[in-house]
Amino acid sequence: MASTAELIAACQTRFEDIDFKDARAWKAAQPGRKVVGFLPVYVPLEMIHAAGCLPLGIFGGGDQMEVIHGDAYYQSYICRIPRSTIELGVTNRLDFVDGMIFPFVCDVIRNLSGMWKLMFPNVWSKFFDTPQNFDPEIGGVYYQAELQELRQGLETLTGRAITDDDLRRSIALYNENRDLVRAVYALRARQPWKAPTSDVYLLMRVGLTMPVEEHNQLLRDYMAAAAAEDRPKRDNVRIAIFGSFCEQPPLNLIKSIEMAGCYVVEDDYSLVNRFITEAIPTDGDPIAALSLAYLQKSVETSCKYVPKEEDKGVFHVERVRAVAAEGVIYATPSFCDPALLDRPMICARLSEAKIPYIAFKYAENSGQMQPIREQAGTFADSIKLWS
Amino acid sequence: MSEAVKEPSMLLQKDMIAKNYDAITSKHETGRKVSSTFVPGNLNELLMCFDILNNLPEINAIQNGMRKLSGGYIMEAEKSGHSEDVCTYVKADIGMMGRGNIAPNGKPFPDPDVLLLSYTGCYTFMKWFELLRAEYKCPTLMLHVPYEGDGHSTKNMRDYVVKQLKEVIIPGLEQVSGVKFDIDRLREYLANSAKAEDDLVWCLDQGKRKPSPIDSYFGGVYYIGPIFTAFRGRQDAIDYYKALRLEIQARIDAGQGPMTPEGKSLDDQNYRLVVEGPPNWTSFREFWKMFYDEGAVVVASSYTKVGGMYDLGFRHDPANPLESLADYCLGCYTNRNLPTRVDILTKYVEEYEADGILINSIKSCNSFSAGQLMIMKEVEKRTGKPGAFIETDLVDPRYFSAANVKNRLESYFQMIEQKRQGAHRAA
Repeated sequence: MASTAELIAACQTRFEDIDFKDARAWKAAQPGRKVVGFLPVYVPLEMIHAAGCLPLGIFGGGDQMEVIHGDAYYQSYICRIPRSTIELGVTNRLDFVDGMIFPFVCDVIRNLSGMWKLMFPNVWSKFFDTPQNFDPEIGGVYYQAELQELRQGLETLTGRAITDDDLRRSIALYNENRDLVRAVYALRARQPWKAPTSDVYLLMRVGLTMPVEEHNQLLRDYMAAAAAEDRPKRDNVRIAIFGSFCEQPPLNLIKSIEMAGCYVVEDDYSLVNRFITEAIPTDGDPIAALSLAYLQKSVETSCKYVPKEEDKGVFHVERVRAVAAEGVIYATPSFCDPALLDRPMICARLSEAKIPYIAFKYAENSGQMQPIREQAGTFADSIKLWS
Repeated sequence: MSEAVKEPSMLLQKDMIAKNYDAITSKHETGRKVSSTFVPGNLNELLMCFDILNNLPEINAIQNGMRKLSGGYIMEAEKSGHSEDVCTYVKADIGMMGRGNIAPNGKPFPDPDVLLLSYTGCYTFMKWFELLRAEYKCPTLMLHVPYEGDGHSTKNMRDYVVKQLKEVIIPGLEQVSGVKFDIDRLREYLANSAKAEDDLVWCLDQGKRKPSPIDSYFGGVYYIGPIFTAFRGRQDAIDYYKALRLEIQARIDAGQGPMTPEGKSLDDQNYRLVVEGPPNWTSFREFWKMFYDEGAVVVASSYTKVGGMYDLGFRHDPANPLESLADYCLGCYTNRNLPTRVDILTKYVEEYEADGILINSIKSCNSFSAGQLMIMKEVEKRTGKPGAFIETDLVDPRYFSAANVKNRLESYFQMIEQKRQGAHRAA
């Protein structure tokens, strides 16, 4: 059995590979295979899988890529993920990607979908607008038709029909994936020293670039290895991270928070595979099932409207309570409209619930970790001393 | 600067706006209900069916920007935890609340009875009203208008918007107002809208003339005022556009350009520009002066289309009232995808025989700004006309650097001159 260190080392190699060699190899292994990229924060991956395609999570270029061309497309006051995504495109790192799905996150990613159409006219690209009305008879009817349109787009791309049975099989596989993902998160919440967030993060990020079957096995292997290993328990405080659902912090920042004395027991990093919170039924109409899952069984995040004022931020407070977190770090990318506009409302709810919090901003290429360590360390100390 | 000289149509509009503010701030005396809502996706005719007054936070922010109040309001909001990175309209609005919520007529704004969240073309709208809802604790009616990601609306999008109007918005407004919805009343208002829209389109179309009798950006923001705000569907909007049309016709007959705030008409027009993006409001007059001092006139702009793209043929249609409202919302400028925006701007440069495209990129408006550098390159490529890029903000005076903007504009005008000389030499 591979150790957690060995498994995570392999994940890190894959995570750092911004040429996507493994995804290229998957495509090359069989003629006719297609790869469909997607941006944060939620895409029904089941649909891409059912089309026989590899869903490939594109989270920008991280801190490993120097952005040269991408900066020529964006003003200084736009976040970094779109510019590094463009850099990936214009440097041909995505030249094997046959389709791109830009789900609704914010106006920047929305507009990037149009830029992609202009820059890469031979790539099928789709802006995927999820409903903000959550009534199954209104938003649900609209969303089902959008899902059908997505289905047709993928069918045209691949030249093969996506049957309802294909979809049901894919939903079952992703249900398994969601179960395993939740199990890893639960393990971390129970014994964060056994499943540090730097490990969990890499497990989840690379999972969004590989076939789901492979990811399911990886998650099983990791949990088995983690259970068999004894890692030292530290006197850390338990914290939740919110606000990091789209542009991702550099891995060093994630590690720095842990090194500063925090066990991260809840987070919304890259979110995609935890967006749906319960198993999706595999009987009946799969499109209706996907639609209902989005409408009724999905997380509260800044990209979704919260219909009732009293419900705003309740999800965050409940998650903090569920994992017995002692505080929250609201960590957002600079210039991230969704997270930053939400910040006062979410933090107000945390205050009402007497949950201590701090907030800071980052970029995917932030390099100076000392201020983060100091801030997180002071926060951890303050929780230990006064909470 | 001396007092700005205002044309009769401006004075007419000023009077309309003042009366609307008076109606809003006297809500407690009159018993009228007040909504807050947005310019893109504005459902004024529908609100009128319920006798609900229309208050627009964006317009309040603009008013405060022009009256040099927004800077303080923004800092007030930032002190209370709102990020320096986000939309300054939002912060100006929230900061104004923190300082007594005083309307331009000097009276306090009453709390709205309903927030009509017509979510069209701008993500921030959704968060803005979530923030206001937390303050006002009033009903919020959300109308989600899907984005035209593939460059056109679909039947599914239209049906979705109509269904929300029927099952969410109209019942919600009935409940707030106590007034039963009457579709014939809506038809009547929509017919009024279409009349005013015809005249607005005629006015904007005059930018094709040489010299242009209008400035479609600095003057244009006045021209769109009534139709984008609380007056569309009303008789006074029809009257306003008739008056504006006569005013422009008189300038055409006299061979005059648009009136500047200094009271002179800009007859010697050296440069004809298409402008993309909203204007800066905190230094509006200084900004405008940089153009007319150089003889630059804006012949077409995208900002004058954020509240509806009437020039592309859309009219509110009394025969299909709810469908027409849906089409209106779906078709607003910032709800159109980037390739479509490039097509529209290219068409403007060509049809209005402009010398090029100028982009005023707004720091805190990602809906407009994200992708504008590519828009500029594409329009330059397709038209062969030079583009230029300046950066300001909506209502945050900290982001208006007059010297930088002026330098860039002067360089741009030189670039246009050089292009012209090159073209002459080649000929």
